[in-house]
Amino acid sequence: MEPKIGVYVCHCGSNIAGTVDVEQVAEYARSLPAVEIARDYKFMCSDPGQDLIKNDIREFGINRVVVASCSPQMHEPTFRHVLQESGLNPYFFEMANIREHCSWVTEDREKATEKAKALVSAAVRRVYYHQALEANEVPINPNTLIVGGGIAGIQAALEIADSEHKVYLVERDPSIGGHMIQLDKTFPTLDCSACILTPKMSLVGAHPYIELMTYSEVEEVSGFIGNFKVKIRKKARYVDEDKCNGCGVCQEKCPWTADSEFDVGLAKRKAIYTPFAQAVPNIPVIDKEHCAYFLKGKCRACEKFCERDAINFEQVDQFVEIEVGNIILTTGYKLFDPTPLTQYGYGRLDNVLTSLEFERLVNAVGPTNGKISLKDGTEPKSVAIIHCVGSRDANYHEYCSRVCCMYSMKFAHLVSEHIPEATVYEFYIDIRSAGKGFEEFYNRVLKEGTTFFRGRPGEVTNVAETPEEKGKLVVQFEDTLVGRQRRIPVDMVILSCGLEPQQDAEEVARLFSVSRSADGFFLEKHPKLDPVATMTDGVFVAGCCQSPKDIPDTVAQASAAAARVLALISKGKVEIEAATAVIDEEKCSGCRICNLLCPYSAISFVEDKKVSRVNEALCKGCGTCVAACPSSAITQKHFTAEQIMAELEGILV
Amino acid sequence: MAKLKLALYWAASCGGCDIATLAIGEKILKLAEAADIVFWPVAMDFKYSDVEKIPDKSIDACLFNGAIQNSEGEHIAQLLRAKSKILIAYGSCSYEGCIPGLANFFNRQMIFDRVYIETQSTDNPEKVYPQSKVLVPEGELEIPDFYDTVKTLAQTVDVDYFVPGCPPEEKTTWLALETLIEGKLPPKGAVISHSVKAVCDECPRIKKEKKVKKFYRPYEIIPDPEICLLEQGLLCYGPATRGGCGAPCPQANMPCTGCYGPVEGVVDQGAHFLTALASVIDSDDPTEIQRIINDIVDPAGTFYRYSLPDSLLRRARIK
Repeated sequence: MEPKIGVYVCHCGSNIAGTVDVEQVAEYARSLPAVEIARDYKFMCSDPGQDLIKNDIREFGINRVVVASCSPQMHEPTFRHVLQESGLNPYFFEMANIREHCSWVTEDREKATEKAKALVSAAVRRVYYHQALEANEVPINPNTLIVGGGIAGIQAALEIADSEHKVYLVERDPSIGGHMIQLDKTFPTLDCSACILTPKMSLVGAHPYIELMTYSEVEEVSGFIGNFKVKIRKKARYVDEDKCNGCGVCQEKCPWTADSEFDVGLAKRKAIYTPFAQAVPNIPVIDKEHCAYFLKGKCRACEKFCERDAINFEQVDQFVEIEVGNIILTTGYKLFDPTPLTQYGYGRLDNVLTSLEFERLVNAVGPTNGKISLKDGTEPKSVAIIHCVGSRDANYHEYCSRVCCMYSMKFAHLVSEHIPEATVYEFYIDIRSAGKGFEEFYNRVLKEGTTFFRGRPGEVTNVAETPEEKGKLVVQFEDTLVGRQRRIPVDMVILSCGLEPQQDAEEVARLFSVSRSADGFFLEKHPKLDPVATMTDGVFVAGCCQSPKDIPDTVAQASAAAARVLALISKGKVEIEAATAVIDEEKCSGCRICNLLCPYSAISFVEDKKVSRVNEALCKGCGTCVAACPSSAITQKHFTAEQIMAELEGILV
Repeated sequence: MAKLKLALYWAASCGGCDIATLAIGEKILKLAEAADIVFWPVAMDFKYSDVEKIPDKSIDACLFNGAIQNSEGEHIAQLLRAKSKILIAYGSCSYEGCIPGLANFFNRQMIFDRVYIETQSTDNPEKVYPQSKVLVPEGELEIPDFYDTVKTLAQTVDVDYFVPGCPPEEKTTWLALETLIEGKLPPKGAVISHSVKAVCDECPRIKKEKKVKKFYRPYEIIPDPEICLLEQGLLCYGPATRGGCGAPCPQANMPCTGCYGPVEGVVDQGAHFLTALASVIDSDDPTEIQRIINDIVDPAGTFYRYSLPDSLLRRARIK
């Protein structure tokens, strides 16, 4: 069928027409070979816009369509659908992005119009060579992998498992709980963090549809939406999970200690340990680095006292392979380490704490049983809380970590509650209390007598300049509301550290083929309209691995991710890319260059014919093998050499 | 049947292609039975004026070797096009530009500076450059104009068929001649060779999944005779090169250098080999990748050794 191309230039209100001369572009399109009709219209994506195309297909026998408007990401599905409804194969469509690529990047009307013409010319020449393609459908495996057992992972796991679909919850630490289980109270309601979280943790531990894999890490991921294969390393606990009943006698008897990760180094734990009393699962691990048997070859006290014979020093890492249809990443965040900000003296000066250290200090089951105390055991009479440590700082993180203002005010409240006579100072840049009940909480803390200074402190020092500063920590800062330098002597300084991506976020991103935004957090598919999905179909994100957020936002996002997964499971199948790669066996020389390149393991080598072959059900159409094939024996449907060359020529005309 | 009238010509080439036509051995007797040679400067004494005198399209076929680098080559290309029914770009130089085509990394002035001034064996204090016309007591002498850019034959005149190789293997030459003698002509524009697949198809070495940590030059290692040379870190151009040659180089423990040109359907052989090679480098670490790549000496000359004028690049941009 001879191509008859229809070209539709969208105004997008004034988004495009404000900068690009759309009439001129349409007129130019009319001059291009095989173009039957070219029109411009206010909003091509609107119903009347779509009807324009449908009518032209009906009346003028248009069989190829070019829409010059926004991005294919935005509206390609819309227009492909229009073609489909008109009885045309949806792949006879091409989009020219004259908004993001033209009108939004310049104010020069002439240049924008020129470029729009070039893009339309490219699209017209390309669509001429388009071929009809059929989309494939694949079934969705109803099992789900959730990576990270903090509140986000717990929430998502429970939502999915409660609908009686299997969830594998993988957590690298010995227990689930994440950062939330370390917090004392939650703002602004002052709920006890552990009290609201542990019931959920227990549910996860006992849930018939959740297979909990703690002390485990994902090693390999292959496959695609609906059909992922995942290899998980279960690190050796040296404790038999089936035999251990969590009695705790091993921990009691173990003579060796190490810094407690849970108490951020403020307390000790044993070499065989569960991170905290309510750990799920309640099965200890042996910390090889600190165990006398592993270090010196003798001790084995835990083994002697274990009534269940659960200790097994011979245990090795085990690998488990699972198949899942969807993956939710809930890998959380890392607290900013304030050591590089040497001016605040963290690690050098006593009684300068990070926010997480203070959370543990004030916690009733923390290292001091909830007593806020200085290093010498006495109670502080004055406390300074410094906001935005590592956040809103060009040298560290440009972004606002969103939770620090609120938790700082929570700290102020907790200090006032525990030590009513203490003075609390908050050093802030701006107070960010946007959230349900947040402003009210701010007012409450103000009423409780907390003093707010607007200004980022330049220094925390123990060098006294006046007798009253002697023996104190002095916070030096510019009070920007009165416009002068001030020094405030205090007993304790809390650094409200920001949230940053996990240390291994880059490797995790690569493992799951997700992107990261400039700040290092995982990149969502669309910042406004799809903040839960990623660019990799079947991989979702929730919680602080996507951006800093508080508990309610995390829970909401986790529930959203669960809902997305459940929608896919309930549909049971998914359409996959028709633009797959195919190998022409008449041209393949069997050089095997492509064999290792496929990220979806879709290429195999056929020994008897000495050619490589693509499994189209596995192929995602990424094009890696196509680019690599030195013989052009591999063609990617919808991205043939002919189509790409025509497009290039169109641009260069 | 009347005997075929055959012409052979060399433009910018090394002479290897002319020798290659003789490599058909005793088959030359068959050729002599079927064809008369009407023009072959390297072997027989003809004047250009002789060719100019014969009627248009009176030569049945012309095997034209050599690239077009000066006005003489261009003139004869046009002349032979007019006089020949079938014009064949014979050998890599006329097909793709080949070694003379590497001149496209430079321009005329740079080449003259190098050849007539800079080389260690040159003594030219007055900086005399070749002139296309010069007056001597006997009159005006003329030599061909040297061009900035080397062109392929097809970039100069309309070409009917292409015979790959630097030089073409004996069996490829005979395939071309047999085609002419028997009159079984392929569609216009065809590349005459026994294979449309890459050299690897004819190479008996064992090929596995490829991962390369280090590239070697041939003199640096003694390669295993059984295993794919590329897998051993030699820059074997086989995967990106049209077969039909029978893979003689890899069978002699030398990597393929790409002389048979791109595989059927490939636009830009150098770019295809480059992306293929980039794909087998076994590292995710940018510094290590850079180190591995640094092992490749003269990448432009390696990837475009035979095909620069015929590539998408065509030539270097000289400021």
